[in-house]
Amino acid sequence: MGEPLVEARNLTKRFGTFTAVDSVDFTIERGEVFGFLGPNGAGKSSTMRMIGATSPITEGQLKVFGLDPNADGREIRARLGVVPQEDMLDEELTVTDNLTIYGRYFSLPRSVIKPRVDELLEFAQLTEKRDAKVEALSGGMKRRLTIARALISNPELVILDEPTTGLDPQARHVLWDRLYRLKQRGATLIITTHYMDEAEQLCDRLVVMDGGRIAAEGSPAELIDRHATPEVLEVRLDVDDHAGREADFAGIGSRTEVLADRILLYVEHADEALQEVRAKGIIPAATVKRRAGLEDVFLHLTGRTLVD
Amino acid sequence: MAIPTALRFVEPQALAYRRTWRASVVSNFLNPVLYLLAMGAGLGTLVDESADPSGMGISYLAWLGPGLLAAQAMQTGAGESSFPIMAGFKWRKSYVAVMNTPLDATDIFVSTYVWIVVRVLQVSAIYAAVLVAFGVTEPLGAVLGTLTATLTGAAFATPIMAFTSRLEDDTGLSHLFRFGVVPLFLFSGTFFPISQLPELVRPLAYATPLWHGVELSRSVALGMETTFPWWASVGFLVIWAVVGAIFALPQFRRRLVV
Ligand SMILES: Nc1ncnc2c1ncn2[C@@H]1O[C@H](COP(=O)(O)OP(=O)(O)OP(=O)(O)O)[C@@H](O)[C@H]1O
Ligand SMILES: [Mg+2]
Repeated sequence: MGEPLVEARNLTKRFGTFTAVDSVDFTIERGEVFGFLGPNGAGKSSTMRMIGATSPITEGQLKVFGLDPNADGREIRARLGVVPQEDMLDEELTVTDNLTIYGRYFSLPRSVIKPRVDELLEFAQLTEKRDAKVEALSGGMKRRLTIARALISNPELVILDEPTTGLDPQARHVLWDRLYRLKQRGATLIITTHYMDEAEQLCDRLVVMDGGRIAAEGSPAELIDRHATPEVLEVRLDVDDHAGREADFAGIGSRTEVLADRILLYVEHADEALQEVRAKGIIPAATVKRRAGLEDVFLHLTGRTLVD
Repeated sequence: MAIPTALRFVEPQALAYRRTWRASVVSNFLNPVLYLLAMGAGLGTLVDESADPSGMGISYLAWLGPGLLAAQAMQTGAGESSFPIMAGFKWRKSYVAVMNTPLDATDIFVSTYVWIVVRVLQVSAIYAAVLVAFGVTEPLGAVLGTLTATLTGAAFATPIMAFTSRLEDDTGLSHLFRFGVVPLFLFSGTFFPISQLPELVRPLAYATPLWHGVELSRSVALGMETTFPWWASVGFLVIWAVVGAIFALPQFRRRLVV
Protein backbone atom coordinates (compact mmCIF):
# COMPACT_ATOMS: atom_id res chain seq x y z
CA MET A 1 0.00 0.00 0.00
CA GLY A 2 1.22 3.48 -0.84
CA GLU A 3 0.72 6.60 1.20
CA PRO A 4 -3.01 7.25 1.61
CA LEU A 5 -4.04 10.79 0.60
CA VAL A 6 -7.76 10.38 1.12
CA GLU A 7 -9.41 8.00 3.54
CA ALA A 8 -13.16 7.75 3.94
CA ARG A 9 -14.98 5.53 6.44
CA ASN A 10 -18.77 5.43 6.55
CA LEU A 11 -18.70 8.77 4.80
CA THR A 12 -22.24 10.13 4.61
CA LYS A 13 -23.81 13.27 3.20
CA ARG A 14 -27.41 14.19 3.79
CA PHE A 15 -29.34 17.16 2.42
CA GLY A 16 -32.20 17.50 4.88
CA THR A 17 -33.61 14.00 5.09
CA PHE A 18 -32.28 12.96 1.69
CA THR A 19 -29.14 10.83 1.78
CA ALA A 20 -26.92 11.68 -1.19
CA VAL A 21 -23.87 9.71 -0.05
CA ASP A 22 -24.65 6.70 2.06
CA SER A 23 -21.86 5.40 4.27
CA VAL A 24 -19.10 4.86 1.73
CA ASP A 25 -15.55 3.63 2.34
CA PHE A 26 -12.55 4.19 0.10
CA THR A 27 -8.85 4.96 0.26
CA ILE A 28 -6.99 6.90 -2.40
CA GLU A 29 -3.23 6.58 -2.56
CA ARG A 30 -0.58 9.00 -3.70
CA GLY A 31 0.22 8.77 -7.39
CA GLU A 32 -2.86 6.91 -8.55
CA VAL A 33 -5.77 7.90 -10.72
CA PHE A 34 -8.88 7.02 -8.79
CA GLY A 35 -12.29 7.05 -10.45
CA PHE A 36 -15.87 7.42 -9.29
CA LEU A 37 -18.12 5.93 -11.94
CA GLY A 38 -21.85 6.29 -11.69
CA PRO A 39 -25.05 7.60 -13.24
CA ASN A 40 -26.68 11.00 -12.62
CA GLY A 41 -27.48 11.51 -8.98
CA ALA A 42 -25.19 8.72 -7.77
CA GLY A 43 -23.53 11.07 -5.29
CA LYS A 44 -20.24 11.60 -7.15
CA SER A 45 -20.17 15.40 -6.93
CA SER A 46 -21.33 15.35 -3.31
CA THR A 47 -18.41 13.07 -2.51
CA MET A 48 -15.97 15.27 -4.44
CA ARG A 49 -17.15 18.36 -2.61
CA MET A 50 -16.62 16.69 0.74
CA ILE A 51 -13.10 15.66 -0.27
CA GLY A 52 -12.56 19.18 -1.56
CA ALA A 53 -13.44 20.55 1.90
CA THR A 54 -16.23 22.75 0.57
CA SER A 55 -19.12 20.61 1.79
CA PRO A 56 -19.22 19.56 5.46
CA ILE A 57 -19.56 15.83 6.03
CA THR A 58 -22.74 14.72 7.77
CA GLU A 59 -21.44 11.49 9.30
CA GLY A 60 -18.47 9.16 9.27
CA GLN A 61 -14.79 9.99 8.94
CA LEU A 62 -12.88 11.67 6.18
CA LYS A 63 -9.18 12.46 6.13
CA VAL A 64 -7.53 14.36 3.30
CA PHE A 65 -3.73 14.59 3.57
CA GLY A 66 -4.37 13.22 7.06
CA LEU A 67 -6.34 16.37 7.91
CA ASP A 68 -9.97 16.78 8.90
CA PRO A 69 -11.91 18.76 6.23
CA ASN A 70 -14.38 20.16 8.76
CA ALA A 71 -11.55 21.62 10.87
CA ASP A 72 -8.68 22.21 8.44
CA GLY A 73 -10.57 23.06 5.26
CA ARG A 74 -8.40 26.02 4.38
CA GLU A 75 -5.20 24.03 4.63
CA ILE A 76 -6.61 21.16 2.58
CA ARG A 77 -7.93 23.48 -0.13
CA ALA A 78 -4.53 25.17 -0.35
CA ARG A 79 -3.03 21.83 -1.42
CA LEU A 80 -5.81 20.78 -3.79
CA GLY A 81 -6.67 21.56 -7.38
CA VAL A 82 -10.38 21.36 -8.10
CA VAL A 83 -12.10 21.12 -11.45
CA PRO A 84 -15.77 21.51 -10.54
CA GLN A 85 -18.55 20.01 -12.63
CA GLU A 86 -19.48 23.53 -13.77
CA ASP A 87 -16.60 25.65 -15.07
CA MET A 88 -17.58 28.86 -13.23
CA LEU A 89 -14.91 30.85 -15.04
CA ASP A 90 -14.88 34.63 -15.12
CA GLU A 91 -16.48 34.93 -18.55
CA GLU A 92 -15.74 38.61 -19.01
CA LEU A 93 -12.07 38.38 -18.20
CA THR A 94 -9.32 37.05 -20.41
CA VAL A 95 -7.90 33.57 -20.27
CA THR A 96 -4.69 34.87 -18.71
CA ASP A 97 -6.54 36.96 -16.13
CA ASN A 98 -8.56 33.95 -15.06
CA LEU A 99 -5.40 32.00 -14.35
CA THR A 100 -3.64 34.92 -12.67
CA ILE A 101 -6.55 35.74 -10.39
CA TYR A 102 -6.87 32.15 -9.32
CA GLY A 103 -3.19 32.06 -8.46
CA ARG A 104 -3.66 35.13 -6.29
CA TYR A 105 -6.24 33.29 -4.18
CA PHE A 106 -3.43 30.90 -3.30
CA SER A 107 -1.26 33.86 -2.38
CA LEU A 108 1.25 33.16 -5.13
CA PRO A 109 3.43 36.14 -6.01
CA ARG A 110 3.05 37.48 -9.54
CA SER A 111 6.63 36.49 -10.30
CA VAL A 112 5.67 32.86 -9.70
CA ILE A 113 2.31 33.07 -11.43
CA LYS A 114 3.60 34.56 -14.67
CA PRO A 115 5.84 31.72 -15.87
CA ARG A 116 3.34 29.18 -14.59
CA VAL A 117 0.55 30.76 -16.63
CA ASP A 118 2.67 30.46 -19.76
CA GLU A 119 3.40 26.85 -18.99
CA LEU A 120 -0.25 26.02 -18.27
CA LEU A 121 -1.46 27.80 -21.39
CA GLU A 122 0.90 25.58 -23.34
CA PHE A 123 -0.28 22.52 -21.44
CA ALA A 124 -3.94 23.36 -22.09
CA GLN A 125 -3.23 24.32 -25.72
CA LEU A 126 -4.61 27.80 -25.15
CA THR A 127 -1.53 29.88 -25.86
CA GLU A 128 -3.11 31.50 -28.92
CA LYS A 129 -6.20 32.35 -26.88
CA ARG A 130 -4.33 33.89 -23.98
CA ASP A 131 -5.79 37.37 -24.48
CA ALA A 132 -9.24 36.23 -25.57
CA LYS A 133 -12.19 36.69 -23.27
CA VAL A 134 -13.47 33.43 -21.83
CA GLU A 135 -16.95 33.97 -23.28
CA ALA A 136 -15.40 33.62 -26.74
CA LEU A 137 -14.01 30.13 -26.06
CA SER A 138 -15.55 26.81 -27.11
CA GLY A 139 -16.82 24.37 -24.49
CA GLY A 140 -13.70 22.22 -24.80
CA MET A 141 -11.41 25.22 -24.44
CA LYS A 142 -13.26 26.38 -21.34
CA ARG A 143 -12.92 22.93 -19.84
CA ARG A 144 -9.19 22.90 -20.54
CA LEU A 145 -8.92 26.36 -19.00
CA THR A 146 -10.77 25.15 -15.89
CA ILE A 147 -8.25 22.32 -15.62
CA ALA A 148 -5.33 24.72 -16.11
CA ARG A 149 -6.82 26.98 -13.44
CA ALA A 150 -6.93 24.10 -10.98
CA LEU A 151 -3.22 23.46 -11.61
CA ILE A 152 -1.97 27.00 -10.98
CA SER A 153 -0.98 26.18 -7.40
CA ASN A 154 0.90 23.00 -8.36
CA PRO A 155 -1.47 20.83 -6.32
CA GLU A 156 -0.52 17.39 -5.05
CA LEU A 157 -4.05 16.15 -5.52
CA VAL A 158 -6.38 17.14 -8.35
CA ILE A 159 -10.12 16.52 -8.20
CA LEU A 160 -11.83 16.46 -11.58
CA ASP A 161 -15.63 16.28 -11.55
CA GLU A 162 -16.71 15.05 -14.99
CA PRO A 163 -13.80 16.64 -16.85
CA THR A 164 -15.06 15.70 -20.31
CA THR A 165 -18.85 15.72 -20.09
CA GLY A 166 -20.41 17.58 -22.97
CA LEU A 167 -17.30 17.53 -25.15
CA ASP A 168 -17.01 15.99 -28.58
CA PRO A 169 -14.92 12.81 -28.93
CA GLN A 170 -11.88 14.63 -30.25
CA ALA A 171 -11.88 17.17 -27.42
CA ARG A 172 -12.24 14.32 -24.95
CA HIS A 173 -9.18 12.56 -26.33
CA VAL A 174 -7.14 15.76 -26.07
CA LEU A 175 -8.18 16.03 -22.43
CA TRP A 176 -7.39 12.41 -21.69
CA ASP A 177 -3.93 12.98 -23.07
CA ARG A 178 -3.47 16.00 -20.79
CA LEU A 179 -4.68 14.08 -17.77
CA TYR A 180 -2.35 11.23 -18.60
CA ARG A 181 0.55 13.68 -18.66
CA LEU A 182 -0.48 15.02 -15.29
CA LYS A 183 -0.34 11.53 -13.88
CA GLN A 184 3.10 11.03 -15.45
CA ARG A 185 4.27 14.08 -13.54
CA GLY A 186 3.30 12.37 -10.32
CA ALA A 187 0.00 14.08 -9.50
CA THR A 188 -2.73 12.10 -7.80
CA LEU A 189 -6.02 12.42 -9.65
CA ILE A 190 -9.59 11.79 -8.58
CA ILE A 191 -11.95 11.67 -11.53
CA THR A 192 -15.71 11.27 -11.68
CA THR A 193 -17.31 10.23 -14.89
CA HIS A 194 -20.26 8.47 -16.38
CA TYR A 195 -18.24 7.45 -19.40
CA MET A 196 -17.11 3.84 -19.24
CA ASP A 197 -14.33 4.27 -21.76
CA GLU A 198 -12.97 7.22 -19.84
CA ALA A 199 -12.84 5.22 -16.63
CA GLU A 200 -11.22 2.29 -18.41
CA GLN A 201 -8.64 4.49 -20.10
CA LEU A 202 -7.64 6.69 -17.20
CA CYS A 203 -8.26 5.01 -13.88
CA ASP A 204 -5.89 2.75 -12.00
CA ARG A 205 -8.67 1.97 -9.59
CA LEU A 206 -12.28 2.98 -9.40
CA VAL A 207 -15.47 2.57 -7.47
CA VAL A 208 -18.85 2.10 -9.08
CA MET A 209 -21.35 4.35 -7.32
CA ASP A 210 -25.10 4.06 -7.49
CA GLY A 211 -27.76 5.63 -5.30
CA GLY A 212 -25.19 7.05 -2.89
CA ARG A 213 -23.53 3.69 -2.29
CA ILE A 214 -20.44 1.98 -3.61
CA ALA A 215 -21.46 -1.09 -5.57
CA ALA A 216 -17.95 -2.37 -6.36
CA GLU A 217 -14.31 -1.40 -6.21
CA GLY A 218 -11.19 -2.45 -8.08
CA SER A 219 -9.10 -1.84 -11.17
CA PRO A 220 -11.05 -1.81 -14.46
CA ALA A 221 -9.59 -5.22 -15.36
CA GLU A 222 -10.42 -6.71 -11.95
CA LEU A 223 -13.97 -5.43 -12.08
CA ILE A 224 -14.54 -6.83 -15.56
CA ASP A 225 -12.98 -10.08 -14.52
CA ARG A 226 -15.12 -10.30 -11.40
CA HIS A 227 -18.45 -9.18 -12.78
CA ALA A 228 -18.43 -10.13 -16.44
CA THR A 229 -17.14 -12.77 -18.87
CA PRO A 230 -14.35 -12.09 -21.35
CA GLU A 231 -16.70 -11.61 -24.28
CA VAL A 232 -20.23 -10.48 -24.96
CA LEU A 233 -22.55 -11.39 -27.79
CA GLU A 234 -25.27 -8.82 -28.36
CA VAL A 235 -28.28 -10.16 -30.22
CA ARG A 236 -31.06 -8.08 -31.70
CA LEU A 237 -34.19 -9.93 -32.70
CA ASP A 238 -36.83 -8.90 -35.15
CA VAL A 239 -39.32 -8.06 -32.36
CA ASP A 240 -40.59 -4.85 -30.75
CA ASP A 241 -39.77 -5.82 -27.21
CA HIS A 242 -37.05 -8.22 -26.17
CA ALA A 243 -38.49 -8.82 -22.70
CA GLY A 244 -39.12 -12.48 -21.98
CA ARG A 245 -37.07 -13.72 -24.93
CA GLU A 246 -34.04 -14.67 -22.85
CA ALA A 247 -35.50 -18.17 -22.37
CA ASP A 248 -34.75 -18.81 -26.05
CA PHE A 249 -31.05 -18.57 -25.25
CA ALA A 250 -30.99 -20.94 -22.27
CA GLY A 251 -27.71 -22.80 -21.94
CA ILE A 252 -25.64 -20.33 -23.89
CA GLY A 253 -23.00 -18.53 -21.82
CA SER A 254 -23.00 -17.95 -18.10
CA ARG A 255 -25.51 -15.12 -17.91
CA THR A 256 -27.94 -13.08 -20.02
CA GLU A 257 -29.16 -9.50 -19.68
CA VAL A 258 -32.25 -8.29 -21.47
CA LEU A 259 -32.45 -4.70 -22.63
CA ALA A 260 -35.37 -3.18 -24.47
CA ASP A 261 -33.68 -3.40 -27.85
CA ARG A 262 -31.28 -6.36 -27.49
CA ILE A 263 -30.16 -9.31 -25.44
CA LEU A 264 -26.64 -9.58 -24.05
CA LEU A 265 -25.08 -13.02 -23.73
CA TYR A 266 -22.08 -13.26 -21.40
CA VAL A 267 -19.80 -15.87 -22.86
CA GLU A 268 -16.20 -17.09 -23.12
CA HIS A 269 -16.11 -16.90 -26.90
CA ALA A 270 -18.59 -14.82 -28.83
CA ASP A 271 -17.97 -16.73 -32.10
CA GLU A 272 -18.88 -20.06 -30.58
CA ALA A 273 -21.88 -18.56 -28.87
CA LEU A 274 -23.19 -17.19 -32.15
CA GLN A 275 -22.96 -20.70 -33.66
CA GLU A 276 -24.94 -22.04 -30.69
CA VAL A 277 -27.57 -19.37 -31.24
CA ARG A 278 -27.91 -20.31 -34.92
CA ALA A 279 -27.99 -23.99 -33.96
CA LYS A 280 -31.11 -23.26 -31.88
CA GLY A 281 -32.76 -22.04 -35.06
CA ILE A 282 -32.82 -18.40 -33.93
CA ILE A 283 -32.26 -15.91 -36.74
CA PRO A 284 -31.03 -12.62 -35.23
CA ALA A 285 -31.75 -9.36 -37.01
CA ALA A 286 -28.30 -8.18 -35.98
CA THR A 287 -25.43 -9.28 -33.75
CA VAL A 288 -22.40 -7.60 -32.20
CA LYS A 289 -19.40 -9.49 -30.83
CA ARG A 290 -17.27 -7.56 -28.37
CA ARG A 291 -15.05 -7.76 -25.32
CA ALA A 292 -16.72 -7.14 -21.99
CA GLY A 293 -16.26 -3.68 -20.45
CA LEU A 294 -17.24 -1.61 -17.46
CA GLU A 295 -20.67 -1.06 -19.01
CA ASP A 296 -21.31 -4.75 -18.42
CA VAL A 297 -20.01 -4.51 -14.88
CA PHE A 298 -22.41 -1.68 -14.19
CA LEU A 299 -25.31 -3.51 -15.80
CA HIS A 300 -24.57 -6.58 -13.72
CA LEU A 301 -24.27 -4.64 -10.47
CA THR A 302 -27.28 -2.38 -10.86
CA GLY A 303 -29.46 -4.03 -13.47
CA ARG A 304 -29.43 -0.78 -15.44
CA THR A 305 -27.44 0.61 -18.32
CA LEU A 306 -25.33 3.66 -17.71
CA VAL A 307 -26.33 5.82 -20.63
CA ASP A 308 -24.01 8.65 -21.57
CA MET B 1 4.08 39.72 1.85
CA ALA B 2 0.89 37.73 1.69
CA ILE B 3 -2.46 39.44 1.44
CA PRO B 4 -4.73 38.22 4.29
CA THR B 5 -7.31 35.71 3.03
CA ALA B 6 -10.13 38.09 4.00
CA LEU B 7 -8.91 40.59 1.38
CA ARG B 8 -7.77 38.29 -1.40
CA PHE B 9 -11.09 38.49 -3.23
CA VAL B 10 -10.82 42.29 -3.58
CA GLU B 11 -8.20 42.25 -6.31
CA PRO B 12 -10.21 40.18 -8.82
CA GLN B 13 -13.15 42.53 -8.39
CA ALA B 14 -10.89 45.49 -9.06
CA LEU B 15 -9.53 43.68 -12.10
CA ALA B 16 -13.04 43.11 -13.42
CA TYR B 17 -13.88 46.75 -12.77
CA ARG B 18 -10.82 47.86 -14.71
CA ARG B 19 -12.51 46.68 -17.90
CA THR B 20 -15.25 49.30 -17.61
CA TRP B 21 -13.69 51.95 -15.44
CA ARG B 22 -13.71 54.68 -18.09
CA ALA B 23 -17.42 54.42 -18.81
CA SER B 24 -18.06 54.16 -15.10
CA VAL B 25 -16.09 57.28 -14.22
CA VAL B 26 -17.71 59.29 -17.02
CA SER B 27 -21.18 58.40 -15.80
CA ASN B 28 -20.19 59.01 -12.16
CA PHE B 29 -19.13 62.49 -13.27
CA LEU B 30 -22.03 63.28 -15.60
CA ASN B 31 -24.65 62.18 -13.12
CA PRO B 32 -24.01 64.95 -10.56
CA VAL B 33 -23.41 67.52 -13.28
CA LEU B 34 -26.79 66.81 -14.88
CA TYR B 35 -28.65 66.63 -11.58
CA LEU B 36 -27.14 69.86 -10.31
CA LEU B 37 -27.84 71.67 -13.56
CA ALA B 38 -31.44 70.49 -13.87
CA MET B 39 -32.58 70.39 -10.25
CA GLY B 40 -30.18 72.82 -8.64
CA ALA B 41 -29.69 75.54 -11.21
CA GLY B 42 -32.89 75.01 -13.21
CA LEU B 43 -35.59 74.13 -10.71
CA GLY B 44 -33.62 75.95 -8.02
CA THR B 45 -34.30 79.40 -9.51
CA LEU B 46 -38.02 78.81 -8.99
CA VAL B 47 -37.50 77.54 -5.44
CA ASP B 48 -35.23 80.41 -4.49
CA GLU B 49 -37.95 82.91 -5.44
CA SER B 50 -40.45 81.45 -3.03
CA ALA B 51 -38.73 79.45 -0.30
CA ASP B 52 -35.55 78.88 1.65
CA PRO B 53 -35.26 75.18 2.60
CA SER B 54 -31.92 75.76 4.33
CA GLY B 55 -33.29 78.47 6.55
CA MET B 56 -29.84 80.03 6.15
CA GLY B 57 -30.38 82.02 3.02
CA ILE B 58 -28.30 79.77 0.80
CA SER B 59 -29.36 78.78 -2.69
CA TYR B 60 -31.42 75.68 -3.43
CA LEU B 61 -28.53 74.39 -5.54
CA ALA B 62 -26.14 74.61 -2.59
CA TRP B 63 -28.68 73.06 -0.25
CA LEU B 64 -29.53 70.23 -2.64
CA GLY B 65 -25.94 69.32 -3.59
CA PRO B 66 -24.79 67.67 -0.33
CA GLY B 67 -28.15 65.91 -0.02
CA LEU B 68 -27.70 64.43 -3.47
CA LEU B 69 -24.17 63.41 -2.53
CA ALA B 70 -25.55 61.26 0.29
CA ALA B 71 -28.42 59.95 -1.82
CA GLN B 72 -26.02 58.99 -4.60
CA ALA B 73 -23.91 57.08 -2.07
CA MET B 74 -26.99 55.16 -0.99
CA GLN B 75 -27.80 54.28 -4.59
CA THR B 76 -24.26 53.17 -5.31
CA GLY B 77 -24.15 51.11 -2.14
CA ALA B 78 -27.49 49.53 -2.97
CA GLY B 79 -26.54 48.86 -6.58
CA GLU B 80 -23.22 47.27 -5.68
CA SER B 81 -24.68 45.09 -2.95
CA SER B 82 -27.55 43.69 -4.98
CA PHE B 83 -27.03 42.55 -8.57
CA PRO B 84 -23.32 41.76 -8.27
CA ILE B 85 -24.04 39.63 -5.18
CA MET B 86 -26.74 37.75 -7.06
CA ALA B 87 -24.23 37.15 -9.85
CA GLY B 88 -21.66 35.83 -7.39
CA PHE B 89 -24.07 33.29 -5.94
CA LYS B 90 -26.13 32.42 -8.93
CA TRP B 91 -25.42 33.89 -12.32
CA ARG B 92 -21.65 33.72 -12.67
CA LYS B 93 -21.14 31.71 -9.49
CA SER B 94 -17.82 33.37 -8.87
CA TYR B 95 -18.32 32.92 -5.11
CA VAL B 96 -18.94 29.22 -5.58
CA ALA B 97 -15.78 28.92 -7.66
CA VAL B 98 -13.72 30.77 -5.06
CA MET B 99 -14.89 28.37 -2.34
CA ASN B 100 -12.55 25.81 -3.94
CA THR B 101 -9.53 27.92 -2.97
CA PRO B 102 -8.09 28.57 0.50
CA LEU B 103 -10.67 31.35 0.92
CA ASP B 104 -13.90 30.72 2.82
CA ALA B 105 -17.37 32.29 2.94
CA THR B 106 -16.31 34.90 5.50
CA ASP B 107 -13.39 35.96 3.31
CA ILE B 108 -15.72 36.33 0.35
CA PHE B 109 -18.12 38.41 2.42
CA VAL B 110 -15.42 40.70 3.81
CA SER B 111 -13.72 41.21 0.43
CA THR B 112 -17.03 41.87 -1.28
CA TYR B 113 -17.96 44.45 1.32
CA VAL B 114 -14.57 46.12 1.17
CA TRP B 115 -14.91 46.45 -2.59
CA ILE B 116 -18.42 47.93 -2.27
CA VAL B 117 -17.11 50.53 0.16
CA VAL B 118 -14.23 51.35 -2.20
CA ARG B 119 -16.73 51.86 -5.03
CA VAL B 120 -18.97 54.11 -2.90
CA LEU B 121 -15.91 56.09 -1.86
CA GLN B 122 -14.87 56.54 -5.46
CA VAL B 123 -18.30 57.64 -6.68
CA SER B 124 -18.71 59.97 -3.68
CA ALA B 125 -15.30 61.56 -4.23
CA ILE B 126 -16.19 62.39 -7.84
CA TYR B 127 -19.55 63.76 -6.70
CA ALA B 128 -17.92 65.90 -4.03
CA ALA B 129 -15.40 67.24 -6.54
CA VAL B 130 -18.28 68.30 -8.78
CA LEU B 131 -19.87 70.06 -5.80
CA VAL B 132 -16.67 72.05 -5.37
CA ALA B 133 -16.70 72.93 -9.07
CA PHE B 134 -20.27 74.21 -8.71
CA GLY B 135 -19.14 76.34 -5.78
CA VAL B 136 -21.41 74.47 -3.39
CA THR B 137 -18.70 73.69 -0.86
CA GLU B 138 -15.02 74.15 -0.06
CA PRO B 139 -12.47 71.34 -0.62
CA LEU B 140 -12.44 70.48 3.09
CA GLY B 141 -16.22 70.15 3.07
CA ALA B 142 -15.91 67.92 0.01
CA VAL B 143 -13.41 65.62 1.70
CA LEU B 144 -15.56 65.31 4.84
CA GLY B 145 -18.66 64.94 2.67
CA THR B 146 -17.00 62.09 0.80
CA LEU B 147 -16.43 60.35 4.13
CA THR B 148 -19.97 60.80 5.45
CA ALA B 149 -21.40 59.75 2.08
CA THR B 150 -19.22 56.64 2.08
CA LEU B 151 -20.48 55.82 5.55
CA THR B 152 -24.03 56.24 4.27
CA GLY B 153 -23.44 53.86 1.38
CA ALA B 154 -21.69 51.42 3.70
CA ALA B 155 -24.69 51.48 6.05
CA PHE B 156 -26.99 50.46 3.22
CA ALA B 157 -24.71 47.82 1.77
CA THR B 158 -24.76 45.19 4.53
CA PRO B 159 -28.55 45.00 5.00
CA ILE B 160 -28.98 44.81 1.24
CA MET B 161 -26.32 42.09 1.04
CA ALA B 162 -28.29 40.20 3.68
CA PHE B 163 -31.47 40.69 1.68
CA THR B 164 -29.93 39.74 -1.66
CA SER B 165 -28.22 36.62 -0.33
CA ARG B 166 -31.63 35.18 0.55
CA LEU B 167 -33.04 35.60 -2.95
CA GLU B 168 -33.30 32.93 -5.61
CA ASP B 169 -33.91 35.36 -8.47
CA ASP B 170 -33.88 39.09 -9.11
CA THR B 171 -37.59 39.90 -8.77
CA GLY B 172 -36.89 40.66 -5.12
CA LEU B 173 -34.28 43.15 -6.24
CA SER B 174 -36.64 45.13 -8.43
CA HIS B 175 -39.01 45.32 -5.46
CA LEU B 176 -36.15 46.50 -3.28
CA PHE B 177 -35.42 49.39 -5.61
CA ARG B 178 -39.03 50.24 -6.41
CA PHE B 179 -40.34 50.15 -2.84
CA GLY B 180 -37.16 50.83 -0.89
CA VAL B 181 -34.41 52.77 -2.57
CA VAL B 182 -36.50 55.08 -4.77
CA PRO B 183 -38.90 56.22 -2.03
CA LEU B 184 -35.95 56.84 0.29
CA PHE B 185 -34.25 58.84 -2.43
CA LEU B 186 -37.35 61.02 -2.80
CA PHE B 187 -38.51 61.41 0.80
CA SER B 188 -35.42 61.44 3.01
CA GLY B 189 -34.85 65.18 3.00
CA THR B 190 -32.76 65.22 -0.16
CA PHE B 191 -35.07 67.39 -2.27
CA PHE B 192 -37.13 69.06 0.45
CA PRO B 193 -36.82 69.20 4.23
CA ILE B 194 -38.70 66.46 6.03
CA SER B 195 -40.50 69.17 7.98
CA GLN B 196 -42.69 69.27 4.88
CA LEU B 197 -43.73 65.66 5.50
CA PRO B 198 -46.90 64.96 7.48
CA GLU B 199 -46.09 64.82 11.19
CA LEU B 200 -47.06 61.14 11.32
CA VAL B 201 -44.49 59.87 8.87
CA ARG B 202 -41.63 62.08 10.02
CA PRO B 203 -40.31 59.57 12.59
CA LEU B 204 -40.07 57.14 9.69
CA ALA B 205 -37.52 59.43 8.04
CA TYR B 206 -35.52 59.59 11.29
CA ALA B 207 -35.29 55.80 11.22
CA THR B 208 -33.83 55.63 7.73
CA PRO B 209 -30.08 55.80 7.26
CA LEU B 210 -30.37 58.14 4.30
CA TRP B 211 -31.87 61.00 6.26
CA HIS B 212 -28.98 60.82 8.74
CA GLY B 213 -26.53 60.66 5.86
CA VAL B 214 -28.11 63.75 4.31
CA GLU B 215 -27.94 65.60 7.63
CA LEU B 216 -24.28 64.76 8.08
CA SER B 217 -23.51 65.71 4.51
CA ARG B 218 -25.12 69.15 4.86
CA SER B 219 -23.44 69.64 8.18
CA VAL B 220 -19.91 69.05 6.90
CA ALA B 221 -20.41 70.71 3.50
CA LEU B 222 -22.48 73.74 4.51
CA GLY B 223 -21.98 73.99 8.25
CA MET B 224 -25.70 73.46 8.86
CA GLU B 225 -26.98 72.55 12.32
CA THR B 226 -27.94 68.87 12.62
CA THR B 227 -31.19 67.79 14.28
CA PHE B 228 -29.34 65.25 16.41
CA PRO B 229 -25.68 65.51 17.49
CA TRP B 230 -23.39 64.44 14.65
CA TRP B 231 -22.02 61.50 16.59
CA ALA B 232 -25.55 60.14 17.08
CA SER B 233 -26.11 60.09 13.31
CA VAL B 234 -22.70 58.54 12.70
CA GLY B 235 -23.42 55.95 15.37
CA PHE B 236 -26.80 55.24 13.85
CA LEU B 237 -25.23 54.57 10.44
CA VAL B 238 -22.56 52.36 11.99
CA ILE B 239 -25.28 50.37 13.75
CA TRP B 240 -27.07 49.80 10.44
CA ALA B 241 -23.84 48.55 8.89
CA VAL B 242 -23.05 46.25 11.80
CA VAL B 243 -26.55 44.84 12.17
CA GLY B 244 -26.68 44.28 8.41
CA ALA B 245 -23.40 42.37 8.58
CA ILE B 246 -24.69 40.27 11.49
CA PHE B 247 -27.50 39.12 9.24
CA ALA B 248 -25.56 38.92 5.99
CA LEU B 249 -22.55 36.91 7.06
CA PRO B 250 -24.39 33.76 8.26
CA GLN B 251 -26.50 34.01 5.12
CA PHE B 252 -23.36 33.93 2.98
CA ARG B 253 -22.13 30.90 4.90
CA ARG B 254 -25.45 29.10 4.62
CA ARG B 255 -25.52 29.70 0.91
CA LEU B 256 -21.93 28.75 0.15
CA VAL B 257 -21.33 25.91 2.59
CA VAL B 258 -23.77 23.11 1.65
N1 LIG C 1 -27.34 21.14 -2.41
C1 LIG C 1 -28.17 20.09 -2.53
N2 LIG C 1 -29.37 20.10 -1.90
C2 LIG C 1 -30.21 19.06 -2.00
N3 LIG C 1 -29.95 17.94 -2.70
C3 LIG C 1 -28.77 17.86 -3.34
C4 LIG C 1 -27.82 18.93 -3.29
N4 LIG C 1 -26.74 18.57 -4.02
C5 LIG C 1 -27.02 17.34 -4.51
N5 LIG C 1 -28.23 16.90 -4.10
C6 LIG C 1 -28.85 15.61 -4.42
O1 LIG C 1 -27.95 14.59 -4.06
C7 LIG C 1 -27.96 13.55 -5.04
C8 LIG C 1 -26.55 13.31 -5.51
O2 LIG C 1 -26.13 14.47 -6.24
P1 LIG C 1 -24.69 14.57 -6.86
O3 LIG C 1 -24.60 15.90 -7.50
O4 LIG C 1 -23.68 14.22 -5.84
O5 LIG C 1 -24.75 13.43 -7.95
P2 LIG C 1 -23.72 13.12 -9.14
O6 LIG C 1 -23.36 11.69 -9.01
O7 LIG C 1 -22.64 14.09 -9.15
O8 LIG C 1 -24.67 13.29 -10.41
P3 LIG C 1 -24.35 13.91 -11.86
O9 LIG C 1 -23.76 12.80 -12.67
O10 LIG C 1 -25.70 14.28 -12.35
O11 LIG C 1 -23.45 15.07 -11.67
C9 LIG C 1 -28.91 14.00 -6.13
O12 LIG C 1 -30.14 13.35 -5.94
C10 LIG C 1 -29.06 15.47 -5.91
O13 LIG C 1 -30.34 15.91 -6.27
MG1 LIG D 1 -22.03 15.50 -10.43
